[in-house]
This record gives sequence, C-alpha cells and structure tokens, in this order.
Amino acid sequence: MASEEMEQLVRREYTQGFVTDIESDTAPPGLNEDTIAFISKKKEEPQWMLDWRLEAFEQWKKMSEPDWSHLDYPPIDYQAISYFSAPKKPEDRPQSLDEVDPKLLETYEKLGIPLHERAALAGVAVDAVFDSVSVTTTFKDKLAEAGVIFCSISEAIREHPELVKQYLGTVVSRGDNFFAALNSAVFTDGSFVYVPEGVECPMELSTYFRINAANTGQFERTLIICDKQAQVSYLEGCTAPQRDENQLHAAVVELVALDDAYIKYSTVQNWYPGDEDGKGGIYNFVTKRGDCRGDRSKISWTQVETGSAITWKYPSCLLRGDDSVGEFYSVAVTNGRQQADTGTKMIHIGKNTKSTIVSKGIAAGRSDQAYRGLVKILPRAENARNFTQCDSLLIGDQCGAHTFPYQEISNSKSMVEHEATTSKIGEDQLFYCQSRGINEEDAVNMIVNGFCKDVFQELPMEFAVEAEALLSVTLEGSVG
Amino acid sequence: MTGVQGFLDQLGARKQLDAEPSWIAARRQAGAARFEAVGFPNRKNEEWKYTDVSAIAKQQFALTDNADFDRAQLDAMMLEIDAYRMVFVDGVFSAELSSLEGLEGDVSVEPLSQALASNHEAVGGALGRLNNVDFSAFSALNAAFTAEGAIVRIGRRVALDKPVYLLFVSRKQDAPVMTHPRVIIEAGSQSEATIIEHYIGEEGAANLTNVVSELFVEKAAHLVHYKLQEASTQEFHIASVHIEQARDSHYRSFNLNLGGSIARNDLVAELNDENAVCDYYGLFFGRGRQHMDNHTKVHHNAPRTYSNENYKGILDDRARGVFNGLVHIKRDAQQVRGYQNNANLLLSDRAEIDTKPELLIYADDVLCSHGTTTGQLDERAVFAMRARGLDEAMARGLLTLAFAGEVLDSVNEPNIALRVERAVAGKLPDRFNLQDLVEAQDA
Repeated sequence: MASEEMEQLVRREYTQGFVTDIESDTAPPGLNEDTIAFISKKKEEPQWMLDWRLEAFEQWKKMSEPDWSHLDYPPIDYQAISYFSAPKKPEDRPQSLDEVDPKLLETYEKLGIPLHERAALAGVAVDAVFDSVSVTTTFKDKLAEAGVIFCSISEAIREHPELVKQYLGTVVSRGDNFFAALNSAVFTDGSFVYVPEGVECPMELSTYFRINAANTGQFERTLIICDKQAQVSYLEGCTAPQRDENQLHAAVVELVALDDAYIKYSTVQNWYPGDEDGKGGIYNFVTKRGDCRGDRSKISWTQVETGSAITWKYPSCLLRGDDSVGEFYSVAVTNGRQQADTGTKMIHIGKNTKSTIVSKGIAAGRSDQAYRGLVKILPRAENARNFTQCDSLLIGDQCGAHTFPYQEISNSKSMVEHEATTSKIGEDQLFYCQSRGINEEDAVNMIVNGFCKDVFQELPMEFAVEAEALLSVTLEGSVG
Repeated sequence: MTGVQGFLDQLGARKQLDAEPSWIAARRQAGAARFEAVGFPNRKNEEWKYTDVSAIAKQQFALTDNADFDRAQLDAMMLEIDAYRMVFVDGVFSAELSSLEGLEGDVSVEPLSQALASNHEAVGGALGRLNNVDFSAFSALNAAFTAEGAIVRIGRRVALDKPVYLLFVSRKQDAPVMTHPRVIIEAGSQSEATIIEHYIGEEGAANLTNVVSELFVEKAAHLVHYKLQEASTQEFHIASVHIEQARDSHYRSFNLNLGGSIARNDLVAELNDENAVCDYYGLFFGRGRQHMDNHTKVHHNAPRTYSNENYKGILDDRARGVFNGLVHIKRDAQQVRGYQNNANLLLSDRAEIDTKPELLIYADDVLCSHGTTTGQLDERAVFAMRARGLDEAMARGLLTLAFAGEVLDSVNEPNIALRVERAVAGKLPDRFNLQDLVEAQDA
C-alpha cells in the first residue's frame, strides 16, 4: 500500500468522540483536605471513611510519581484537576432505565450499545457509571434473590460498612503506589460486589464507564469479594468522548477470592487515545490486583486495551492460598501516538499455585508499547508453575514494542517458563489472503484477530464480539 | 577508611607511571570525579536491583606492586593450552611467567603499561572509547586506577595460529588487594583470532578484580572470546566488556563463570553495520553463597545485523543467579534477527534466580524472540536412566552435565570445555559423583 494512502488511513477519526451536555456539579480544580471532605460529604460518607481518605492523602503527599515506566508524557499538574463531577441530580437517582435522563441513553445509543436491550437480551445487570455517580443499577432484585450484593461503592459504604471496612484496602493498600494513594484519597465511585458463600452469580455483572465532563479525573474504586465456593464474572468496558485536555484516570480494583472461589474479570478499554499528535488522550493509571486468599481459589484477568494516550496498568494476582490459580490474558493495541506500559504480576506464595500469562501486543503508527511482568516464586511455594507467553506484532516502521519480564524464583520445585516473540505480519500470509480475493485491510484484520485468538477465547461472548470490532477500528488503515 | 573515599584514598598510594601522559591523568581525574559523584551502586538502581555490592564498599583494598608467584603452582592452575600467554598477578604484569614466543607478523600483544610507555598516542584512541567513565561506577573506578592491562592488536588479514591467553591470577594475601585491569583487543579487518581471558585465584583469595575490556571487531573480522572466571569463592569479580562490530564481522563470546563471591559481568555489543553477527554463550554455576550476575546487551544499530544468545545457569545451595539480557533494535534497523534464551536449573530449595530478558524494539521488519525457563531436572528422565541401571546420583549428575552441555558443546577449545565440565561435575554435591565418569570418558 502506498505510504500516502496508509498515512491517510492511519489518520482516521475517533468515531466515538462526542460530548453529552449535562450540567455537572463539579468541584473546583485542586486537591487538598477540603476537596476530600467535599467528596466525602457529597457521597454522604460516614466519618471513618473520611478519615481513611485523609490518611491516604497524607501518604500520597509524601510520595512521588513513579518514573520507571517506558512512557513519555508531560508532567501532570494534580492541582489543575477537578476531583468531583456528578450528574445534576444525585439525590434523585433513577431506579430503572425509564427514569434515566434521555440524554444519557442517547449517549449510549451513539456508542452503539443499547443499554436496556443489551441488558435485557444478554441477561446482564448493568451498573453504569456516568462520570462519578452510578446512574442506574438493573437486575438488582434478581441478584438480591441470590444474595449477591452489586451496587456502587458509595452505596456499599453506606449500606454495608462492615464488609467495606473488612476488605477495602486489604489488597491494594493506601500506600501501595502513588496512583493508588491518590485514588484512595479521592475515589468517587466504582462498583462493589459481594457474592456470598456457595453462590454462583446468576448473571454476568457489567459496568459501563464513561468519562464525560471535561477536566475531571475519574477515580473509580472497585471491590469484588467472592466468598467460599462462590463464583462471579465481572465485565468492565469503557469509551470516552473526544477531549483536548488530558484526562486523568486512576482506578483501583481489588478482588478477593476466598476458598474455592472464582472471579473472572474482563475489561474492554477504549478511552479516547488523543489526536494524531497524541494530544488530548486519556491518561490511564490503574492498579488492579486480585488476592487469591483462599485455597483452590482462582482469579482470571482478561483485558482488551485499545484506547488511552497513556496506559499504565498491571493487573496482578497474589496466589496466597494453596492450589490457587491466577490467569492473565491481554490484548493491547496501540496506534497513533499511544503509549502503553502494561503487564501483570503473579506472586506465588502458596503451594501448588499455578499461573498463566498470555499477552499479545500490537503496535502500529507511531505508538510504543511495553509488556512488563513479574513472576515471583517464594521459597514456600512448592510445585508452583508459571507459563508466560508474550508476543508482539509490529505494523509500520515507526512503532516500538518492548518486553520486560522479571522472574524471581526461589524454589527449586517450581517451574517457570517464558516465551516472547516480536515480528511483523508475514508478507506471505498477506499474499496468501490477497491471492484469494481478500483485500489487504481485511487480511490484516484476519491475521491480527488470529494473533489475538488465545485471548479473545477467554472473553465472555458479548465482549468477544465487541473486542474484535474494536480491534478492526483501532487498526483501520495501519497496514504497512 | 572504606566506602567511596576509602577507594579514592588508594589513588595516592598507587605506583606512579614514569612521566604519565597528560591525557591519562585527565582520564584518571575524570574517573575519580565520576566515581565520587555516583558512589557504589545500590539496589534502587535498576541495573543493580538484584546485586548488592555493599560487601565490596565496606571492604578496604590495597594495591600491590609485585608479581611474585610460584611457577609450578601457576602451571598447576592454568589451562594446558598452546597459546601466546600474558600473565598478570594481582594486576601486575609478569614477563617471567608470560610467554609470547613465536609471535610474528602484524600482531602485537603487550601489557598496557609498556604500550603506554612506548607509544601512548596509539593507545589513546582506543582506551575508554567504548567503555567510558560514565558506563558504571565500577568503570569509573577502573579509569581512575588505569595502570595495567593487556593490549592486543591483530593486523589486517592476519589469522592468528594460536589463541592469545590472558591469565589473571589472584593471590591469597593478608590484606585483600584490588586490581583494575584494562583489556583492549583490536581485531583488524578480515583477521581471525581467539582470545582467552582467564581469571583464577588461590584458595581463600579475597581480592577485588574490576576489569574493563574493550573489543573492536573490524570489517569481516572473526573474533572468538572466552572469558573463564574461576576465582576463589571469596573473590569479588566485576567485569565490563564492550564490543564494537563493523560490517560482516563475527563475534563469539563464551562467558563461563564458576568462581567468585560476587561475580558480575556486563556485556555490551554494538552492531554498527550490516551483517555483523554476535553470539553470546554463557554458563554460570553457583554453589554455597555465591552470587552470579550476568547483564548482557546487544544493540542492533544497523539493518541486517544478527544476534543469538544462550545463557544457562545452574544454582545449588544458597547460591543466587541473576540474568538480564537486552536485545535492542534501533529505529530503521530492519531485517534484524535477534534470539535470546536463558535456562536455569535450581538444584536446591534455597537457591534463587532472578531473570529478566528484555526486548526493546523500534523497527517492524524484524524477527525476535526470547525464552527463559527455570525448573529442575526432569524426573521422567531421571527415572528413565535409573530404569537402565544408573544410580540416582549418577543420573542426576549426568542430566546436569547435559544441561551445561548445550553451551559447552559450542566451545571449540577442548581444554576449556573439559575444565568447565570437570568443575561442574566436581563441584556438584557429593551425591553427583561424576569425576570418574568424566575421567573415563577422557581416557
């Protein structure tokens, strides 16, 4: 393909960039104790929660932003960000989709995701987060029947303080890292899930995140607890409208799996990646960690990362219980000027623990991406087993793909394997497809989808379809 | 006094070169200033994340000015190999123990001090060109103490008939000493040569060897480089090896580590023109509380350059191994192939390996892969051998040796291969009684 033509295709517009005009009740930019008190008050939080936040803020003030990642972005002015933005009527939240602000529904329509239909047809309960307040929660009754608690974290703080107190911050402590501390101080919303002992959650739980009001960071806090022998599959997906200012997103996700529990956490991330010069995209600094606290527990992360200007994200598993299992399946696609530094950590603590890491990176345009992973086998983790595969595909000669896998092994009865490859799309594969009448663009999509198959297989059905479509859109015109 | 200042204080005690050229003095100052500024690396430094050198910083090391060593003792320690030999005892050149007879044609093998005395300008260009004071704190320290070393120049189209054997001996002394040798190898275009760097020590020697090597592999030159490190288990061994490769050149490195209390190797190859090929082979075998750290880097700076790496580690007792390999492909360095493999065998529950193979790739038309595995001997293989009448110890020993064999098979100097094999077999715990087996094979 002629390079000019390619250039043109690479410069495709972000199709999901639009802004819904809803009056926001936004906190003035800046971060201090007052801001935190404001957020806490808005959320009608008890005193202990405010104290918790303030302690996190104290810790954050002493920390400095990490600089070890393979990312390049201008310094963030944390005082120029507004830390709270809520749709206008927080007191008067709709109980069903009919009551939802039609403008919001319209937004979802534009995204091509008819929320109500989707929720009804797919049997998915949707806890949609529009900016910082949960707008609607469906299927609550059905879940309640099973005993599953699925609500926003703010609601959980009010309604289930004992559970929140018991688990919040036990997987990702407030002082864990710079962004986790920031999130602990100012988190505004997110989901809370508690699946009681022996319960298999009757449906897949899903949250649709969107960043909307300009200049506000979105700081979600998600906490999922799966009690003994319980199971849950959680879906998280997000798209964002086009913006010029860089929007900061620093989420914290904590998963706790007790004995024999199984948590499956799937993400499709499509934040606005910025324009062709990388201007205006989302900065996504996420701390996700799962704690396999019980024996024979299992946590599985699956992620499809196509958006954001900057991605800094390492969903991890602490394999504490004996025979526990951690999985990480990831597809990361970067185009334009996107930068992604992502990967996982598998910390083997218990005996007979197993982990699998499959990471597929696709870099196109002038993007840069890095896989950064850690597999750590502690001395008492006998018979621990890890298999890691991370492959990179390069499309175009201006992109970069990097691999930094750390392995720290101190047990001789364990087995750790790592494989990584980097290559471009084979000319022969392209030729093969084209000689059979498939145009170059489709051929590339086919090959890339094939490349990612191992990961897509792990996604729930609806997500798998969406992910494939997203991939095609992201890579549109990047054929080299 | 110990620490940074303690080391710098030794500069005053150093033997003065006769009429030291001014550029050397400037380099020395630059090195000392740099070292003073950065100090010893700590574990917050990503390059030293797994290696703690505070044991070195805490120690006080003197300098020595004599090269007295018993000839018979040396004969028993060194490789039985027909080669052009230069011997350094605690960093001091010994003409008596060296043997450069028969060296003729466009080749020069001489101690650095001599080269500086006779024609220092000729050395000026090469010294520190690849491995400058800012490469690491230890390189800066080496520059500050530059005095002795080996300089080997192989002329254009010369195929050296015998290897050049650089032997560094570390003596057991009442007070530990430090040496900062500098090795410069210039392989002229279309030349062929084998260089053997060999580090040995008396039992109980607890000195610091901080060597910096700079290797220039010119157009179409073939250079094979063995670095065999068999220092005593109390010795500190720090080595920085820098390689620069021109078009069509081929460099092969064998980095074999058996000794040292802390052994650290930094290998950096710059592949500057098309069709340069770089092969890294490595083996490290740690026992007791040995700490072995290998950092390798290959920079593909030009299109159609090739690298291949295979490092194997065997760790027993409470030994700790570190491997960090980087393959870096620069923008526009297309059609590069880079492969990297690191396999580790843990023989004890208290042994540890920290490995990090890195790829840094900025070009798309490339083929790169890396793999690393860590595990133990295959129990099925042990079973298979035992079913055929071998006892368990023998079976495990043989499998361990076979694991090392993947690297040793590529060693073209039988004496080196045998020496390492024996060391691995002999150093294996008693239950691996392989000495007889190796000897039987030998006979």
